[in-house]
Amino acid sequence: MQTRIVNIRAAAKAALEEGLCRVVAGYAPGAIAMRARPVFIDKPEDAGKLTWSSFCVGNLAGLLTQAAKQASGRIGVVAQGCVSRNLVGLIGEGRLAREDLYVIGVPCLGMAERRKIEARYPGRAIIAVEESEEVFVVRGKRREERMLRRDALRDNCYTCVQRNPVIYDALVAEPVPDTGGGDIDKVAAPWEKHPPGERLAAFQAAYANCTRCHACRDVCPLCYCSTCFVDESTPQWAGKTGDFADVATYHLLRALHCAGRCTDCGACESACPQNIKVRRLTSKLEKDVRALYGCQAGMALGESPPLTVFRPDDPQDFIK
Amino acid sequence: MQSYLLAKDRLDGFVSRLADRLTVYVPAKGADGLWSFVASGSAQPPLALTPEGGNTNMPPKSFVFPRTEVLMRFDNRAGEGGMILREEPVPAGRAVLLGVRPCDAKALAVLDGIFGRRASGDASGEVSGGAFGADPYWAARREATILCGLACNYPCPTCFCDQMGCGPHHREGLDALWTDLGESYLVTILTERGRELASDLAPAAQADLNRAESLKAEAASLLTGKFPMDKIAQRGVLELCELPLWAELAATCLNCGACTHVCPTCHCFDIQDEVKGERGRRLRNWDTCMSGLFTRHASGHNPRGDKLARVRQRFMHKFKYIPVKRGEAGCVGCGRCIKACPVNIDVREVVRAMNEQAPQTPEGAA
Repeated sequence: MQTRIVNIRAAAKAALEEGLCRVVAGYAPGAIAMRARPVFIDKPEDAGKLTWSSFCVGNLAGLLTQAAKQASGRIGVVAQGCVSRNLVGLIGEGRLAREDLYVIGVPCLGMAERRKIEARYPGRAIIAVEESEEVFVVRGKRREERMLRRDALRDNCYTCVQRNPVIYDALVAEPVPDTGGGDIDKVAAPWEKHPPGERLAAFQAAYANCTRCHACRDVCPLCYCSTCFVDESTPQWAGKTGDFADVATYHLLRALHCAGRCTDCGACESACPQNIKVRRLTSKLEKDVRALYGCQAGMALGESPPLTVFRPDDPQDFIK
Repeated sequence: MQSYLLAKDRLDGFVSRLADRLTVYVPAKGADGLWSFVASGSAQPPLALTPEGGNTNMPPKSFVFPRTEVLMRFDNRAGEGGMILREEPVPAGRAVLLGVRPCDAKALAVLDGIFGRRASGDASGEVSGGAFGADPYWAARREATILCGLACNYPCPTCFCDQMGCGPHHREGLDALWTDLGESYLVTILTERGRELASDLAPAAQADLNRAESLKAEAASLLTGKFPMDKIAQRGVLELCELPLWAELAATCLNCGACTHVCPTCHCFDIQDEVKGERGRRLRNWDTCMSGLFTRHASGHNPRGDKLARVRQRFMHKFKYIPVKRGEAGCVGCGRCIKACPVNIDVREVVRAMNEQAPQTPEGAA
């Protein structure tokens, strides 16, 4: 991890000094344990503010579309596998241009789910977590515990298929095995095991605590619509309540809007203040798109999302 | 003020006797690992009032100020000449929240000052607080909710309640304060309706009171220290609005509503009519100042048209506007927003920066 930090700082410093980009989006240490915060660095001497950890659980690709709109000039970004896939996706959708990006690629060891770590040490305030490739050292006020990385990984990182960046201009560590070790097809659609009549109840239970803060949408790099459908007001498209009908409308439509574009980066689940397993909708769609069209989002430049293109050999008849 | 003692092994019995006459809500851990207030009957015994992680994931605000609240219903009845509005009855019956943290109770007291509260349950009761008299929905639910606090013996690294005129053993807004003495709870009665709950408890001894006092001092010493807010109070609104920190925050703030939804004092709402055919309902929903829609006018003009204006609003509201109007901060230092923010914006750092960046002397002074 230390190698990655040192090399990210060096790459950012060099890129800013050499004018390869005007700004670098990366992560700075968080204010409390198990957090990292996005930061924009525009001076080479500030490169030391950058860090890297298994708590960089947002998705910087989302912040780039905003930054690209505000000023012109090449933007640097620190990107692990999933984030680089989102960059490729945003390039394919015309939101970013490859030549406007300077990608500092990070071979990823998988990101941690802080709630899994907290659950392991209930009732104790965690003051700091340090990490190596294999182990997390969890520090409390009086005690120190060790936890294996594989036990603390986010669900989506366990089933990751692309840990190395697919595009990069600098690489800060030796490439790692691309898969996280888990089988996405076994877990992508947990509701499929229920008979159809019981699926609604499972869906309702999973989203029962949603307050509609929309953090899952706002952290998602796919959600760049200038006006989201739930924010359309003249006329209003969707209800504003916390009733299940409105909660379901929001999550179902958002997930469908991401079909074939989602890289399973997991930022939505990490952002949710209510610990809702938002991926239960999106990972099912990801699996379907893979099965139906043989596509995985953001794996190669030049590809378009399968649901935005027409092909004569489309497997479904209705479109022909 | 009277104090009683309840042995911990008698907690479940005490709660079930209470539940015979009132609905009792206690903190409990859900299947998803989150702690929230649930009806005592559906909590797994033995009850544990102290959530892992210090506090419930969401504040108990929604018991008094629900996420979605029906204010009125209307229908278009033949012969009555149009839509007739009918008030929605506020749910009857009293509830007890057992294990409310002092910060969350203080938050309801702060909101009493904004929504208003009636001295007695009926509509003729004297109104205290509230810019426009008592909000009948707030006042009714507040009156129907008895708050039994649980003092914090171990504040979290994100807690800064002492900074905000509150504290780990603070009593404001509560009807009773419980203190965990180890083998038993010290139950301190703070209001008349708090007294109802303690009718079958044995009085506490002086040693118990002393123990609670030392726990209170110990808890206060565990908090990480105060920071100055004097310049925020002294400088004008416009001077604070122009500080450079807002642009820095806006660069990474997602403008999601996580901070406002987990906040025990955020109380902004949106009223909407939902109409279906000849019937409809008037609703009050939580809103969030982080959303552009929050302030967008019908004309399309938006006085808070960019992210900077929106992220600034949340902090200015809590640490400038509410203090100016009410003499106390609109934050109780529970630290939930620090934990919930997807980009780790820390309210303590923001307030420190506001104070540091505020000009030393008022604008225009020599």
